[in-house]
Amino acid sequence: MGCAALRLLFFLLIVKPFLLLAVGINVRRRDRLPQRGPALIVANHNSHLDALVLMAMLPLRALPRIRPAASAEYFLRGRWRAWFATRVVGIIPVTTRGGGSRAGVLESVREALTAGDIVIFFPEGTRGEPECLGKLKSGIVWLVEQLPETPVHPVCLSGLGKVLPKGDWLPVPFFCDAWVGKTLRWQGDRSGFMVALVASLAPPEPRAAAVREGRI
Amino acid sequence: MSVTLFSPLIAVLGGVWALLLLATAVVWRLEPASAVKGELRPRIRSWWLIVALCSLALTFSRTAALLFFALVSFLALKEYLTLIPTRRTDRRVLLWAYLSIPVQYFWIHIEWYGMFIIFIPVYLFLLLPVAMVLSGETQGHLRAAGSLHWGLMSMVFGLSHLAYLLVLPQAQYPQVSGAGLVLFLLLLTELNDVAQYCWGKGLGRHKISPTVSPNKTVEGFVGGVVTTVLLSALLAPWLTPFSTRDALLAGALIAVAGFFGDLSLSALKRDLGIKDSGNLLPGHGGILDRVDSLTYTAPLFFHFTRYFYF
Repeated sequence: MGCAALRLLFFLLIVKPFLLLAVGINVRRRDRLPQRGPALIVANHNSHLDALVLMAMLPLRALPRIRPAASAEYFLRGRWRAWFATRVVGIIPVTTRGGGSRAGVLESVREALTAGDIVIFFPEGTRGEPECLGKLKSGIVWLVEQLPETPVHPVCLSGLGKVLPKGDWLPVPFFCDAWVGKTLRWQGDRSGFMVALVASLAPPEPRAAAVREGRI
Repeated sequence: MSVTLFSPLIAVLGGVWALLLLATAVVWRLEPASAVKGELRPRIRSWWLIVALCSLALTFSRTAALLFFALVSFLALKEYLTLIPTRRTDRRVLLWAYLSIPVQYFWIHIEWYGMFIIFIPVYLFLLLPVAMVLSGETQGHLRAAGSLHWGLMSMVFGLSHLAYLLVLPQAQYPQVSGAGLVLFLLLLTELNDVAQYCWGKGLGRHKISPTVSPNKTVEGFVGGVVTTVLLSALLAPWLTPFSTRDALLAGALIAVAGFFGDLSLSALKRDLGIKDSGNLLPGHGGILDRVDSLTYTAPLFFHFTRYFYF
């Protein structure tokens, strides 16, 4: 890659201080996160910050091996954005629109996992409404079917959709939460896996109730 | 702010560290199974952090202390804005509200009392609703404008009075430092909370405010007031220019104001349906759970001191 040093500097000097001071993330059960790959970290998706937050939650020495899967249409648009996304952040570009077989679309993600990377994956496919879990796409099932040995670490993020929502570029400080769920493994049961995944990505009930009643 | 090795400020801070050491020893020697211990251990640990940070801020330099209190205001406002419902259209307005913190503390730094005292109650009170109106959204306007201003008044305006104590002109009282006044207020406010808790745990029978805060009792309140008034009389000669009569009055003021500051935040949390305001200080909850009393004691103690002595 050649940009590992840049990525380290980007996280040490910009991402981590920003998350510490302007955001403030309370991580519950950090011990459930993977220390090394291959591993999948899956999370609900509301903000561009989600991937950076998940990368910053892991120890710095894991940083060179963390790769967020991200939309090729969005992040490869423009030379500088493409350079920053692929070289500094280290995304795996994934085509999200316009057909293509699942094998074709997610092949690069499968390769990264086979190579032993920690892959960050948003099964909703795109950023949704803050504090609401959208419908999960089936890509995640295809991935774990292909690599049944890979542990899946679900993380429920809350609040980042308020800090930097879709369609805005200016972050506003709020405290945020991250709940790391129990590690899931592929048992050969599609619907069982999806139910477990949805349960661990949805915010805890008191929080969900607050959102329903419009208190948050 | 001149702090020599044997100043009263250092002596009192030394006393605080000794007290904390004693409290730690007592809590560690409680029976392992007791429920109180599980509750108190993380709380004591957070007290160490709070005392260490306050000691550093108050002894290092005036600028360090101002920056520290600005940071406390920022964290408190951020926690408040995280708790309350906010409208998406107000994102820019919230950013303006955050930016008012460095400005408010800058007025303190240049000792511009006139601006310090009207910037938030007058100018931001008028300006922030204008910024909200410009977005064109009218639904929920009163709630948004009112709740944002309440937060700014408590977390920024109220708490910044603590910092203005640092810069009150002190030429007429050479033995008194601004940092000493801050320490006096911080110490009495927090010890009043602790004393009310302890008296309530020990002797509490009659609930004083069953709907807002069921744990508070008449016995806890009275015990807290008496303890704080006595402590005030004891500490005032070291840290303040107060006569004995005024020291007793200041103690009573802090005890009663602290009690209502605490209740006011409890009412807010009850309204929002939450128990703790956050997770910043394990054992205490969030930062609002710790500064709640201060949002009332700081402005009232400041004006008491300024009116009678400066």
